[in-house]
Amino acid sequence: MKIVGAGAAILVALALQTTLAGLVIRGTAAIDLVLIVVVYIALKAGPVPGLVAGTVAGLIQDALSNPILGIGGLAKTMVGFLAGVLATQFILTGPLPRLVMLMMATVVHAAIFMGLYVLLDLRQFPNPVPSVIGQALGNGFVGVVTFQLIEWLPGFVDRRRAGRFLKR
Amino acid sequence: MALADIRQRPGVLLGAAILLHVVLISAQVNTVSGLPVLQVVTFGSFAEVQRGTMAIVDGVRNFWSGYVALRQVHAENDALKHELQTLQVRLQHEHAEAQRTDNLRQLLELRERANLETTAADVIAAAASPEFRTVTIDKGTNEGLAADMAVISPAGVVGRVILPASRASKVQLLIDRNAAAGALIERTRVQGVVEGFGDGTLRMEYVPGSSDVKPGDLVVTSGIDGIYPKGFVIGTIEQVGAGSGGYHQITVRPAVDFTRLEEVLVVRTVVASHAPPEGDE
Repeated sequence: MKIVGAGAAILVALALQTTLAGLVIRGTAAIDLVLIVVVYIALKAGPVPGLVAGTVAGLIQDALSNPILGIGGLAKTMVGFLAGVLATQFILTGPLPRLVMLMMATVVHAAIFMGLYVLLDLRQFPNPVPSVIGQALGNGFVGVVTFQLIEWLPGFVDRRRAGRFLKR
Repeated sequence: MALADIRQRPGVLLGAAILLHVVLISAQVNTVSGLPVLQVVTFGSFAEVQRGTMAIVDGVRNFWSGYVALRQVHAENDALKHELQTLQVRLQHEHAEAQRTDNLRQLLELRERANLETTAADVIAAAASPEFRTVTIDKGTNEGLAADMAVISPAGVVGRVILPASRASKVQLLIDRNAAAGALIERTRVQGVVEGFGDGTLRMEYVPGSSDVKPGDLVVTSGIDGIYPKGFVIGTIEQVGAGSGGYHQITVRPAVDFTRLEEVLVVRTVVASHAPPEGDE
């Protein structure tokens, strides 16, 4: 059930990512929803699910948009694994640690992704720091809000139902 | 069960995932030379394996040929050392022969150039006493040698015959304290007498202090002593100083290296005497 949920989350993120491609700052997507989902799965389930989610999501993302299949997959695999490992070592339930986690994940992802492209002489990224910082802030903000909503929403619905029942 | 094992080892899974991605990327990317990275990496990796295998094989082969198979080499080594020694001796002999041939060639050229009646002779001994600068040559009266015949070499004047025997002769070198020869400075034609000083150098005497003499001037025989033919090199002026009696004090460095005399020519042509011989013993 958890696997189905994770797969569904990845697919939704991919669908949103492709449809919300208009959220662009200076030619670079400011928010990577797929990365946010991978980090969330890693934080909740650990390094191995994070790794698998990163591999699957990255490869699909590569197949949809990137010229080389595997570079995004490798970057997300690493991020998923590292995020899962950190989640097992530290308490990352508050908004601020998660914000830091998401920003770090974005930076690591960008470093691997851009580094491999540059290393293989496939593409250049002139002055990447501003766009990476912008993406880190965007991912961090959207991710923290989304995480809070996901965790807050089921309890909110239950509380509403319980409140209606007591009024009767 | 196997899935549970893998979940317990996330590092292995991460390594497998990274490898999968690397292979996947390599299959799509070409190197600068246009070849697929996967092919290049595979070939390069396998080449390293081949290199390692070859190194092991070479090591075993070297060990075998360098240690195990050396049991027969000791006798062969002795034989080769003996052969090497023989060859070294032969090489020295050949070298000496070549040197001797070169000396003789120069002597022959001198004989032709001087246009004098000469007899070639080998130096067979040096002086018995360090006080006298003489050598013994292997030609004597049997070959027509006589006293006061000049002895020359390709480099210049050597000395004169002072004691001819039937098959050998004693030659007084020009650097002997009692030797002398009529000389002139080639550049200015100023005449004087060159005398041996006993220490390996020569002195040129009786050169007026007013005459033009400089270090580096060539000194040749003047022929006035009736022994040495005119125009043969004696040496080079090394030092010029003020002497007594209004004469220069001139030091002459001999042209001949008297320590390396091997073959000489004895001039048998009688030189016309214009003056009494100098430097009698």
